[in-house]
Amino acid sequence: MPRSALARTAVVLAALALGLTGCAGTAADQDPTSAVTPTQDAGPELTGELTVYAAASLKGAFDELATDFEQQHPSLDVQPITYDGSSTLATQIIEGAPADVFASADEKNMQKVVDAGLASAPELFASNTLVLVVPAGNPGGVTGLDDLADPDLTVVLCAAEVPCGAASTTLLSNAGVTASVDSYEQNVTAVLTKVAAGEADAGLVYVTDAATTDDVDTVEVDGTDAVVNHYPIAALSGSSNADAADVFVAFVLGDDGREVLASFGFGAP
Amino acid sequence: MTGAATTDRTGFVPRVLAVPAVLGLALLILPLGALVLRVQWSTLWSDVTSPQALAALGLSLLTGAIATAVCVVLGVPLALLIARSGDRAAGVLRALVTVPLVLPPMVGGVAMLFLFGRTSWLGGALAEWGIRIPFTTTAVVLAQTFVALPFLVLALEGSLRATGTGYEQAAAGLGAGRWTILARVTLPLAAPGLVAGIVLCFARAIGEFGATALFAGNAPGVTQTMPLAIYTAFNGAGVSQGTAVALSLLLLVTAVGVLLLVRAWRVETPR
Repeated sequence: MPRSALARTAVVLAALALGLTGCAGTAADQDPTSAVTPTQDAGPELTGELTVYAAASLKGAFDELATDFEQQHPSLDVQPITYDGSSTLATQIIEGAPADVFASADEKNMQKVVDAGLASAPELFASNTLVLVVPAGNPGGVTGLDDLADPDLTVVLCAAEVPCGAASTTLLSNAGVTASVDSYEQNVTAVLTKVAAGEADAGLVYVTDAATTDDVDTVEVDGTDAVVNHYPIAALSGSSNADAADVFVAFVLGDDGREVLASFGFGAP
Repeated sequence: MTGAATTDRTGFVPRVLAVPAVLGLALLILPLGALVLRVQWSTLWSDVTSPQALAALGLSLLTGAIATAVCVVLGVPLALLIARSGDRAAGVLRALVTVPLVLPPMVGGVAMLFLFGRTSWLGGALAEWGIRIPFTTTAVVLAQTFVALPFLVLALEGSLRATGTGYEQAAAGLGAGRWTILARVTLPLAAPGLVAGIVLCFARAIGEFGATALFAGNAPGVTQTMPLAIYTAFNGAGVSQGTAVALSLLLLVTAVGVLLLVRAWRVETPR
């Protein structure tokens, strides 16, 4: 146990060092001392472990939030966050996965967890919009959503069953475009990877995903602001560390959380 | 295969081994029972007869059959080559064939995308000719062949090696040509290995998920086989998990059906 705790501390310190140097370039207005100063409303000291399940699109932001949160509560052990598609996470939670907090990329999957009696009163903490991405240099000459109907282009979208796919379907039907789709991927990362690798000419991903790689260019399209994904978060009623779960949710909803999320491109809830 | 047992069939196996044996059987059977318990019988028929489910099943059976045929055409000669090579060469060849077997299929999918993808030398050259492989039904067959071929080769090779070349030499001594020996002596002797290899090969092909998902993608009617349809349905929020369970049951019934068919065929085949 002491060895693994030591190793974990080392990992956290390394992540913090990387995070701080990374932030210096991207978020110039962020005060580096704020991350290590405990907030006033921290309340009683939090101990034990905290397990967070978060949608895949939240990866960068929640890694940073977890590091900051652990800095504020040194006695608390924040487990490495589990990232996956929201529907997969919701199913795992309903089937008894030992999570304390669930952050979903859509309200539908959070509702599944609420309906199962495992969470109450989820709150929205961020929003995300879609963007049309093409491989760097735009080899397919894509100029707008209309091009997605071109059968000669390789088009990949998220499957309609997952949140990014539901949003893509709405965006395309609003625009009156019947896309000629070559593959319906299981999650947004798979779409981004296939476009970034140059295997697909175009795809629809979230703004925050497009910002994570230089291998894709974005194409401005109309109507994306009418299709907004809202991200809800909730402490789970089955949590073995309810205090820490509540404080973490408040932290994500608060100013510190807002600031980190905004630095990764997420919109206000 | 028959031969009446004159001694007590139970032999001298320690009785206590029945406990882990039953546990092992339970581990294999109970999850499938749990799956059947989750079936929503009221919507089962509409779920399995939905156009998407039938398209996925049809595509799985079609691509599985083509992949198996390709495996036979390529795998039988490869098994013959390995079985009739010297020990050293056979060892190297066998290791090469085994690599895809021990790799996670996902890795195979990534590797195939890097070979046939249009950013690679081969995929790029094919694209010049207007041939695109990723995201097509051809890609599904290639992915299935990649993961299934080792099963056929290794099963048949073991069988060929065990039968040896004695009967072949006798046939050659009686004046039979090489093709006649292959068709009338070698393959009939190795038939049990060949049948086992074909069954494993087909089962592996219709169950293939990882390589297909990464290399062929997921487009209904084109590359969405049963495992991909099940995963997509399972990923869906709320109601569609019933569809996932229904499709899983359909695949389970199909697999059992194939096994029974092969068994019936094997029983009828005279030895």
